[in-house]
Order: sequence, then C-alpha cells, then structure tokens
Amino acid sequence: MTGLRKRRVSRPPLVLVALAVLGLAVFVVPLLGLLARTPWRDLPALLTGEIVADALRLSMVSSLAATALSAVVGVPLAWVLARVEFPGRSIVRGLVLLPLVIPPVVGGAALLFALGRRGLIGEPLNQATGLVLPFSTWGVVLAVTFVAMPFLVITVEGALRNLDSRYEGAAATLGAKRWTVLRRVTFPMIAPSLVAGLVLTWARALGEFGATITFAGNLPGRTQTLPLAVFVALESDRDTAVALSLLMVAISLAVLVALRGRWWRSL
Amino acid sequence: MTSRSGLDAHLVISRGGGFTLDAALKIEAGDTVALLGPNGAGKSTAVGGLAGLIPLDDGRIALGDRALDDPARGVFVSPEDRRIGVVFQDYVLFPHLTVMDNIAFGLRSRNVRRRDAHRRAAEWVERLGLGDLAGRKPPALSGGQAQRVALARALIGEPELLLLDEPLAALDASTRVELRRTLADHLGQFPGPRLLITHEPTEAFLLADQIHVIEGGAIMQMGTAEDIRLRPRSRYIADLAGSNLIVGTASRGTVGTGTVDLQVGDTYIAGPVLATIHPRAISLHLHRPEGSPRNTWETTVARIEHYGDRVRVQTGAPLPLTAEITPNAERALQLRERSAVWVSIKATEIGVEAA
Repeated sequence: MTGLRKRRVSRPPLVLVALAVLGLAVFVVPLLGLLARTPWRDLPALLTGEIVADALRLSMVSSLAATALSAVVGVPLAWVLARVEFPGRSIVRGLVLLPLVIPPVVGGAALLFALGRRGLIGEPLNQATGLVLPFSTWGVVLAVTFVAMPFLVITVEGALRNLDSRYEGAAATLGAKRWTVLRRVTFPMIAPSLVAGLVLTWARALGEFGATITFAGNLPGRTQTLPLAVFVALESDRDTAVALSLLMVAISLAVLVALRGRWWRSL
Repeated sequence: MTSRSGLDAHLVISRGGGFTLDAALKIEAGDTVALLGPNGAGKSTAVGGLAGLIPLDDGRIALGDRALDDPARGVFVSPEDRRIGVVFQDYVLFPHLTVMDNIAFGLRSRNVRRRDAHRRAAEWVERLGLGDLAGRKPPALSGGQAQRVALARALIGEPELLLLDEPLAALDASTRVELRRTLADHLGQFPGPRLLITHEPTEAFLLADQIHVIEGGAIMQMGTAEDIRLRPRSRYIADLAGSNLIVGTASRGTVGTGTVDLQVGDTYIAGPVLATIHPRAISLHLHRPEGSPRNTWETTVARIEHYGDRVRVQTGAPLPLTAEITPNAERALQLRERSAVWVSIKATEIGVEAA
C-alpha cells in the first residue's frame, strides 16, 4: 500500500500533465507567434513613429490619470466598504465588482447613455459647463477608470478587512487622531496591498480597449490609446501592430515581475 | 503632570449573542486591581470600554474629576483624549515602525517635535535595557522585549490610568518570572490607578492589591488575595483561585516556610519561591498516616465550608492550608471546627516556582 502511494506521489498522472501543458500552450503560443512575426530590425523605427508616440503618450497619461482618480475615490470607497456597516453593503460591493465581469463595450455604452451629449447627466452637464466628455481625452480617463478601478477597490478592501483593528485602537489610545491613525498606521500597514492594487489598476487601464473605443472613440492624438492603435494598425500596417503589441507585452511583463506574488497574498 | 486621582467606573456593555458586561471598578491612585477570570468573561471588553474603543451602553467612567463616558448625560471622551495607557494582549506593537518609533508614537501623535520625542523615547529605551534594539522592528523581538516596548509605549505619555491586558500571557514559562518582576517594578513606579487583566491567579496574587473575580460579564467577588484564596464565595472561584500559595525559600528539595519545611519534588530550584498546593492534593487523616508522604503534621480544623459536593477544610497552625474533600470523607473523619486532624501532602504535588 505505502509503496503504491509513494510511487503515485512521485510521478503525477500523465493525463493531468498533458492537459496542463496544453493549458500553458494557450498562453505561450500566441506570444511565440508575436515574437516570430516581429520585424526586429525595423523595430526602433516603428516604435518612434508619430502615431505610436501619440498613442503611447495618450496611454500613459490616461492610465496614470485613471490610477490617480482611482486612488482618490477608490481608496475611500474601499475603506467605507471594509469599515462602515450599512444596509445594502453587499449590493454596493457587487456594483463595484460589476465592471470586472461585464463586457467593457457594455460599460462604454452605459457611460455614453449616462454622460454622452444627450445622456442622463451628460446633457445638463453640457448645458451648464459646455463640457463634452465623449470623444475627449477626459472621456478616455473616465472609461478606463470605470474598467480598472475595481482592482484597486477589492485589493485595498481585502487588506483593510484583514488588518487587525486593534492596531488602530492602540494608536488611538496613544493619542492619535483619526487622520494620524490613517496616515501613520492604517496606510503604512496596508502599503503592500495598496501598491499592488495601484499597479494592477494601472496595468488594466493601460490595456483597456472596449469601453474606451465605445465611449471615447478612436481619434489619433486625442483618444487613440495603444490598444486602439494596435487594432487600427492590424488593418493597415501589420508591422506597426506587432511592434505596439510587443511594447505592451513588455510593459505588462515588467509589472508582473515588479509585483511578484504580492497581489495574490493580499486578496 | 499626572494627577493622583482614582478610577470610578461602572461598565455596562452589551455585545452580540446576549452577552452583557456589567461590572463596577473602583481603583485608587497607586493601587493595582486585578480583573481575574476565564477567557470570554468580558475582561477585554472591559479594557475596550475603559480605553474608549467600545462605547458604554450604560453606566459611567470617571477618572479623577473627569467624566470619560456617561451615556445618560451624553458624555463620551474619545480614546485619543483619555490619557489611558494600555498594554494590549499580544502587545499590538506597530510592525512597520522601529522600537524607537513605537515608543515615541504617543508623543509624536500629541505633536511633540520629532527630536524631543526621540530624546524622551531614548530615555525609556535605556531605562528598560532595550539599547541595542532601538532600530529593530517588532517582528524581530522576543516576547519579553516586546513586552518592555509595549510598557514604554504606554507609559511615555504619562497616562492617568494604566491598563494591562494579559501582559504575561504571550510569554513562555522561562521568561515569565523575570518579566513579572519587571512588571511589578514598573507598576510600583506608576502613580495612577492600575488595572491588570489576567486569567492566571498567581499573577493576580503577586501583582495586585485587590482582586476582582469576573465571570460571565459580572464581578463575582472582590477582595484581597487572601480573601479570595481563603474565602472564595463560590465553587467556581474556589476552583479558579482557591489554591494554597505559600511564600518560602527553596534549597535542595526543601521549601522553608518559617514553620514547616516542605519537601518538594523540584530539587534544583533555590532562593525565594512560591509554592502552590492544590486543595485536592492535601489529604486529611485521623491518625498519623503511614507510607510515602513526607510532608505530614498534626493540626486542628479552623473552618469548614460546603460547596455542593465538595467540602473545603481550613487547617490551623503551624501552616494554615485549605484542603478539599468529599462529604463522605468529612463524615468518616468526623470533622468539626477545632477537632484534631493530620495533614499529608506528597512532595510531587507541590508546585514550586521562583518568586
């Protein structure tokens, strides 16, 4: 009996291994295809073209702005969800998670109905301030925030809920006011999760496609981010599409390496 | 400066599951009261209530002439304004701050300048012998070191009340004795009222002037260690705290008590000790017992108390003890007050620890 069990442990079932390799192939083969198709010699020239530079700049600006916006409103939202008991809290939590599961195109359409020129809020907003969100860079930021912010909220909320509230209590007995407690105890103690959440949010924002193209359109220099530029280039200029794709893979890979295992632990 | 005023509190806090803490506590400045009870008795809830982390549902807390919590009058002073020093269970040191920053935290929170806060924290670091550890972070500290940091952190702001929630529970047996002495020293130097929360009768007996026994959220008995030990008001308290404690001096397997020399199982321990004898480990006989027990002497019955199916018998000179026997044994021995009786205790039944 024991001999049999030992042998089984030391040699995993072939079927499982074969399926696992197949599973891995799903991720790896497309990347190999991309690498195989890469015009390495022309890469520097391709990546410095005007459309690429515009798209890269716009992607950086919009993803960083979305990350900043998420930090300003998403962290307080996470705090409220973690620390304040109110009726319907689980419904609110569900609403926050919704952008993770609905198709981004649907999110973009919903934004259009709400904030478009004829939208629920968009129309009065336009009449009052002359502001037009769709097809503007601000629209990109908003669409991208809609899709990416949940990553920050769930990461930070999880960290806050796991944080032993006695640390904050101890700080209070030592004379720390609420803001001091937040600044010197709460945030430093959840810093790894906060950083992980911000980086994930930024990475998701950088790659956003569906909500952006639906709500903000595809205007080079104004709303055409990297993923949109890839999509357009696929039709006209394959080499540029490949170069852009490679650039995005490189950025994503760098983010994952920088994060290592942190984000799994914080959830 | 710290005012020399006492605590006068009546804590009423309802928690989920039908549990209610309803306990009155009065502690004079310079006195240590122990709140002694099992886990789940409401001890930590009492700490939360006093510290302001859990608001009272009823009752009141007054420290000196200051009302801290009084729901009936709408008074609630938030924890940061109470000036209560708390040594939390497991210490709850800030893991991301160094020992120095942990100790200075209270001063920094009260807007003391960084340099002044660190200078005063450095004094505490020296005083508690933490010199080499000032730059370390709590996860790298031993239990004993963490306890000292927690004490310094709580005391540096010169609080008006000191709360110690199971300050020795996180320590292993070998360091507990030493740290209990450190703790006794610091308690002695603290001028305000002190409340010690513990589930260990020995700690309560050694560190407190007054003991309040708490169970199920209510104070069951209060008194000196002597009162609780010799005259437990319930079977429960007798079980919890009714052990015999004898202060003596150990050498080579004998504990001298001034009258009787007790033979004990531990032959290595020497110096001042605390010997504990469980009441059920003491047997009573009509005649001098035969056999192995080496601790045996003749005495008289001082007092007999009945707790359901148990009888507690207090014996007289030369070494007053409390023994616990069954009603059947009581009848067989025909015990009554002032009747003669022989006491015997096996050496291995006597617990000895350094005091």
